[in-house]
Amino acid sequence: DNVCSGELKFHYTVHTSLDVVEEKISGVGKALADQRELYLGLLYPTEDYKVYGYVTNSKVKFVIVVDSSNTSLRDNEIRSMFRKLHNSFTDVMCNPFYNPGDPIQSKAFDSIVSTMMVQAC
Amino acid sequence: MADDALFEFLHMEIVALVYKEQATREDIDKERVTCVSTLDAMGFRVGQGMIERFTKDCPTFKDDLDLMKFLCKDFWSTIFKKQIDNLRTNHQGTYVLQDNKFALLTQFSSGKQYLEEAPKYLAFSCGLIRGALSNLGLESVVTAEVSLMPSCKFMPNLKSLIN
Repeated sequence: DNVCSGELKFHYTVHTSLDVVEEKISGVGKALADQRELYLGLLYPTEDYKVYGYVTNSKVKFVIVVDSSNTSLRDNEIRSMFRKLHNSFTDVMCNPFYNPGDPIQSKAFDSIVSTMMVQAC
Repeated sequence: MADDALFEFLHMEIVALVYKEQATREDIDKERVTCVSTLDAMGFRVGQGMIERFTKDCPTFKDDLDLMKFLCKDFWSTIFKKQIDNLRTNHQGTYVLQDNKFALLTQFSSGKQYLEEAPKYLAFSCGLIRGALSNLGLESVVTAEVSLMPSCKFMPNLKSLIN
């Protein structure tokens, strides 16, 4: 039960963070004309987690949830994690056997994600 | 470099194959529609993947026009080794991309006799544009016309999902 409720909590956190992502990207055309980076930075901190966001030009949103107690992860490390995610995702997209919109089932993608998560801990 | 020729030849074979497979149909009009849709669909999927890769390292686009300019410069030159020669728009979602020496038409003789065949060789590229736009969040219908080879015009008509 502990595992299940943990997973649900993550889903909820990520889901809520999407609203913040939307806010940030809709602000791009107006006041923040210069801020056209893909990396969105820290979306919002909860008491247990810090949530970071990144949006590609194809409107794909990446969300990284980090434990609040992990203070050693620096901003540029998070940025590089997003870059790796983006690169892997691009490879998945270019795979002719992959149908855009389907859940990703690529072993290569999964292995890159797992490696990153292990390195961050 | 031989690279360009590889895709040009492959494309010619793809068109020939798609039409050959449909050749048994008796209804000529339906054959044309099916073949064009098949080629367009191929181009669509390729366009989606390519735009993902090409926009990986650039900042978000300011607006639709910025996006179309990217398509005309970076996207077109990476794929067809040259930029679009002329971009026009009515600022209401219709664009005209003119390529005066379209890579996939350069092998055709410029006489009028093959003008009828030319649209077959534009279907894939229309799909390419449509796929690229779709992955960037813009639904569109892309048509093309040729009046004097190897010059042609692609006309995406956008319906933006974002706004």
